[in-house]
Amino acid sequence: MWAYAGRRILYAVPIAIGVTVICFGLVFLAPGDPMVNLLPPDASPADAAYLRKLYGFDQPVPIQYAKWLLRAVTGDLGTSLQTGRPVISEVGRALSNTIVISLGAVLLAFSLAFVLGTLAGYYAGRPADRALTAVSVVGVSVPNYWLGMVLIIVFSVQLGLLPATGMGSAGSDTFSLFNWEQVKYAILPVITLSMVPLGIIMRNTRAAIAEVLANDFVQTLRAKGLPETMVLRHAVRNAFPQVLAVMGLQFGYLVGGSILIETIFTWPGTGFLLSKAILTRDIPVLQGAILVLAMCFVATNLAVDLLQTAIDPRIRRT
Amino acid sequence: MTDTTLSPAFAHAAPATPVRGYWGTVGNRLRYDYVTLFFLAVILMIVFAAIAAPLIAPFDPLKTSMAFRLKPIGFRDFRLGTDELGRDMLSRLIWGGRMSLLMGLVPVLVATAIGGTLGVVAGFVGGKLNMLIMRTMDIFYAFPSVLLAIAISGMMGGGMYSGLIALSMVFVPPLCRIAETATTQVRHLDFVEAARASGASSGSIILHHVVGNVLAPVLIYASSLISVSVLLSAGLSFLGLGVEPPTPDWGLMLSTLRQAIYVQPLVCALPGAAIFITSLSFNLVSDGLRHAMDVRI
Amino acid sequence: MSHWDLMAAHAPAFRPKLGTVPPGDPRDRGGKAQPMLIAAGVTKHFDILGGVLNRPVAKVRAVDDVSFCVLKGETLGIVGESGCGKSTLARLLMHLIPMDSGELIFDGEGIGESGGLSLRDLRRNLQMVFQDSYSSLNPRLPVQDSIAYGPRVHGLPRAEARAVARELLEKVGLDPDLFGARYPHELSGGQKQRVNVARALALHPRMLILDEAVSALDKSIEAQVLNLLRQLKRHFNLTYIFISHDLNVVQYISDRVLVMYLGQIVEIGPVEEIYLGPRHPYTRALLDSRLSMNPDDRVDEAPITGDPPNPTNPPSGCRFRTRCPFAEAVCAERAPTLGTWADRDTHVSACHMEDAASGHSRAGRSPLGREAGATTMGAA
Repeated sequence: MWAYAGRRILYAVPIAIGVTVICFGLVFLAPGDPMVNLLPPDASPADAAYLRKLYGFDQPVPIQYAKWLLRAVTGDLGTSLQTGRPVISEVGRALSNTIVISLGAVLLAFSLAFVLGTLAGYYAGRPADRALTAVSVVGVSVPNYWLGMVLIIVFSVQLGLLPATGMGSAGSDTFSLFNWEQVKYAILPVITLSMVPLGIIMRNTRAAIAEVLANDFVQTLRAKGLPETMVLRHAVRNAFPQVLAVMGLQFGYLVGGSILIETIFTWPGTGFLLSKAILTRDIPVLQGAILVLAMCFVATNLAVDLLQTAIDPRIRRT
Repeated sequence: MTDTTLSPAFAHAAPATPVRGYWGTVGNRLRYDYVTLFFLAVILMIVFAAIAAPLIAPFDPLKTSMAFRLKPIGFRDFRLGTDELGRDMLSRLIWGGRMSLLMGLVPVLVATAIGGTLGVVAGFVGGKLNMLIMRTMDIFYAFPSVLLAIAISGMMGGGMYSGLIALSMVFVPPLCRIAETATTQVRHLDFVEAARASGASSGSIILHHVVGNVLAPVLIYASSLISVSVLLSAGLSFLGLGVEPPTPDWGLMLSTLRQAIYVQPLVCALPGAAIFITSLSFNLVSDGLRHAMDVRI
Repeated sequence: MSHWDLMAAHAPAFRPKLGTVPPGDPRDRGGKAQPMLIAAGVTKHFDILGGVLNRPVAKVRAVDDVSFCVLKGETLGIVGESGCGKSTLARLLMHLIPMDSGELIFDGEGIGESGGLSLRDLRRNLQMVFQDSYSSLNPRLPVQDSIAYGPRVHGLPRAEARAVARELLEKVGLDPDLFGARYPHELSGGQKQRVNVARALALHPRMLILDEAVSALDKSIEAQVLNLLRQLKRHFNLTYIFISHDLNVVQYISDRVLVMYLGQIVEIGPVEEIYLGPRHPYTRALLDSRLSMNPDDRVDEAPITGDPPNPTNPPSGCRFRTRCPFAEAVCAERAPTLGTWADRDTHVSACHMEDAASGHSRAGRSPLGREAGATTMGAA
């Protein structure tokens, strides 16, 4: 088992390197000159050349990449072209905000989805299953940015119960889960974010439970006279590892892909940071944010993989 | 030796049911799947509306009118109300369907062609080539799809073509992986060995034996990606990375109408409803297709 | 037009070279005395990967220095326990996996070398019938297309290939109108196996390797398919290698029998000799393990115990010595040789007791074999 873990970690290294190459290389997809944003329209060629040298844009690409990578590894992701603050602190702060709603969404989705999915798998093929599966299909098909808007319309515009946007006047530094004044800003984003994972986890749970229940050992349990609730408990225990894996992956997806929801709710997370950076062509922030998010995703995948192997010894992908 | 045939046990038991063939069985199963058929009809309606947009849209989708801004549903001739610039919602929705369908279907087709081919080659050849292709795919897999699509499209400056390219690139790795897994499974089966034993070349084996067995899982997965593509492309437009205004596009409409949700909430929710219905229909039809194609019984 | 005429008319390579072959089977090159297939020193080891970097850590010695020959027109049965290397040997003979070392000579010609038989020509002479698993036929093709694939690969046009396929379906006892367009999942096990046989015959081979071809079938169907195989052998003038773990089936269909253990041959001989007077302790143990139909013949202890040793680390010297009742020190030092092969009636066994100069206490006076009269355990 340790050999597998070692191999898996070793394998993640070239993947991470490849990720950095793509992160760095994305910049070069951009049409036009990245310097355009920084310079006033009437800048002279000398000014442009000076700025270019300052930011290192005049050197060959592999050198730029190596320098960037070296700095990134030590935590220096450059400074934002827009605000002048270090990228790492901006991204770090935004990331913590994103994790707040992502974690909340995944926990909400997981608890609901596991229960509903187990019921759907237990009643597989019957009307209850079809109704529940409809819920999961809706969850997967709904555009979550639209759902956010709908929830805002219902709860903020019509009912006035919850705030529509932002993170509250206190800001992210003092965000606390136990303060209703601040938590209420997070409720709608969390619910909206949880829809898609709800659908996906429910689908996986249903499939896993249905598959386990179709095994012969379940018949043995019933033949022994075990009540249905105990049988279900056995099934849940068997299906749990794979569903846990999916949940971990979904968490990773949410952290990386929350940009649309954060835009709708103006939640100051990494997604919002990204959309601002795209609009203002703030290259260092873009590169830094994408790099951090992708690395989080790689780390999450690795953790989920190892956890799954530890729990379920049947899965050992060499 | 004249007669070497044995009379088999079942020579006289002629089958009562017609021998239908694979696609016949699939069609037969679909015939009784009412949910799938219903949503297939919905998709056809959307496609028809998109193609026949110039004929069936009641108004010019680009014609603005300051007097009639943000009118509610059913206001005079504007069946579904008007948007923030006074344009008819129904017409814009119908015309917007073109863009959504285009952005939904084209990336999936392109990605299936590219990813499917790469996956089959990687799975069949194996060895170093397999490792090279699959490891490259793994690197792309290391990005959440939304992030990758937005990053690529954003970097390229937005617009329809960058959106198409970005979405295609996002969909190639999963399709490649599905094709490679299926091909690797099939490669080791006995009938492929038997085909090699008859002296066939690799190309012939791939064409006649492997592709037929790999096509099913690849197509099923591709069809489930269409709904994702519709959602993602509308999301890209929502962020301003899609077509430029005033072209009608559901994601873009959703974004521009966002400011007006306090005034006419129902009208503002309409483009999203269109996205939802399209995505849902494709999802359910692909599910139904998967059930029907799972023929091994 | 018969199958043979169709093939000969359309694919020039099927036509024999005039003047170079004796009468009889027009494809016969070597003559009656030349064995159809000679295998010499065939060896195949598989690597086991392990550790952090997936390096080869051990080798599975699947087939180790195997040499035998198959005579024209006979059925050679190959028996052995699971994991003894029979199926690997079959695939090596078919050139589906490459050999590590060794040589194969088909009807007097080497394979692949210049002047010998090309791989493609070998394929037309030697075919294989696989075990009836769910994967032996392409589930997406109607069975007549599966059969027709081979001839099409070798140049036959589609319509003629299909006609050949249908004719073969009839030969194996399936009505082509009823079964031709069916898919494999619409056939029973016995019917699928008939299709497998038809597919193997589609290229009009001279020799068939049958790898556990009847093992997955019910007994009654098994009997039908075995009889079909015997009739086809007479009709098409075939030579068979029949691989199985079922001793009774091998006895029914074989002329000579080859016994394998842990990747090596332990005994070869005519079928009556092997079954009535086995000369190798392993063969005797195998035969004694067969359950008798006579209730009075019940035995208290099993004739052979334990599992076969690990093929990555076989015992030194004679591989069977860890389970052999006659094992002695010399068995651990030196591996016994099989003995020279003379003709179809030769009965040789790889055991130190056979070899008078081996140093075994019973060298030259083996208690086994027909002459010794000891055929069951009790009389030893």
